[in-house]
Amino acid sequence: MSAKKSNDPFFWTLFGAGGALSAMLIPAFLFLFGIATPLGWVEGPAYESVKMVLLHPLARIVAFFLVSLSLFHGAHRFRFTLYDGLQLKHLFQLIAVICYGGALAGSIVTGYILW
Amino acid sequence: MASTITIEVSRYRPEEESEPVFQSYEVPLRSDWVILDGLNYIKNELDGSLSFRWSCRMGVCGSCGMMINGEPVLTCAAFLESYAPGPIRIEPLQHFPVVRDLVTDMEDFMGKLTTVKPWVVREEEKPVEEGEYKQTPEQLADFKRYSMCINCMLCYSACPVYGLEPEFTGPAAIALAQRYNLDSRDEGNDDRMEILSHDEGIWSCTLVGECSEVCPKDVDPAGAIQRYKLAGATSWWKSILLPWQK
Repeated sequence: MSAKKSNDPFFWTLFGAGGALSAMLIPAFLFLFGIATPLGWVEGPAYESVKMVLLHPLARIVAFFLVSLSLFHGAHRFRFTLYDGLQLKHLFQLIAVICYGGALAGSIVTGYILW
Repeated sequence: MASTITIEVSRYRPEEESEPVFQSYEVPLRSDWVILDGLNYIKNELDGSLSFRWSCRMGVCGSCGMMINGEPVLTCAAFLESYAPGPIRIEPLQHFPVVRDLVTDMEDFMGKLTTVKPWVVREEEKPVEEGEYKQTPEQLADFKRYSMCINCMLCYSACPVYGLEPEFTGPAAIALAQRYNLDSRDEGNDDRMEILSHDEGIWSCTLVGECSEVCPKDVDPAGAIQRYKLAGATSWWKSILLPWQK
């Protein structure tokens, strides 16, 4: 067995945190803001008041981590789908850079929009 | 009661064939017969040259695992009738080199199993006069599930990652490592983490979960690996954030 210590724990932590967060919150957010409010099933908050909520630093931090960690969750899954599903293990580093780089870029854009 | 069922068996006799071929046999379709009974019928009545492993016939020894219609199962625990009207296709467990007919070579697993130290590791053994190591029922319950493994290799056959990356330590060996990690008498956690915290260890697993699906003893290797990953990630972050702590 080779003795190369893995750096997977780092990405796995982001993956796990993103998985838990997105599994719990994203369906609720999507339902409330994407379906129920536009269809008039519930009387959701007005756009302006949601924007006001996001002025609070804590709300911004929550929104940032929700989006960023979900992106890293997706990146990790996508990376292994490419490795094993498409048998592209030989492109190991390129795939890792593209997947996690994409999640990082998405996080930066999220931060830019929020602040 | 004259009904029979066709069993198509993968034959590989290295002195005769360079590739496995299928051979069909008709065996009685009896409601009390499992697939292993069908194989023994072939061996005893039809073709004595067929080779396969078996021993206990009751899901304890873990010798009779084979691919049945493409799924890894213990042949002593699968009734012929469940596969009626047939045919039933029997192949050796996939992902392992075939020695002969349905017999596979398990050396790879045996080697990996030893590396994870599947025994109670003590820094210092206490003298016999001091008596046994006692354990409460709760402490036993912590690891009992993982101790039920019978090394039948179904999980290795079901694991697509092991199929693609033979260097992966694999489900049963990691579940057994976890069995000792969770044992209150054991002190080998750090040793095992050192071995399993590599790319070829716990981090190869992508949580497909098929290992737990096929496990005949309900060991849940996938769950064991996930718990191990959490422990592995925790110790990794500790080593980064608190490097002065050993």
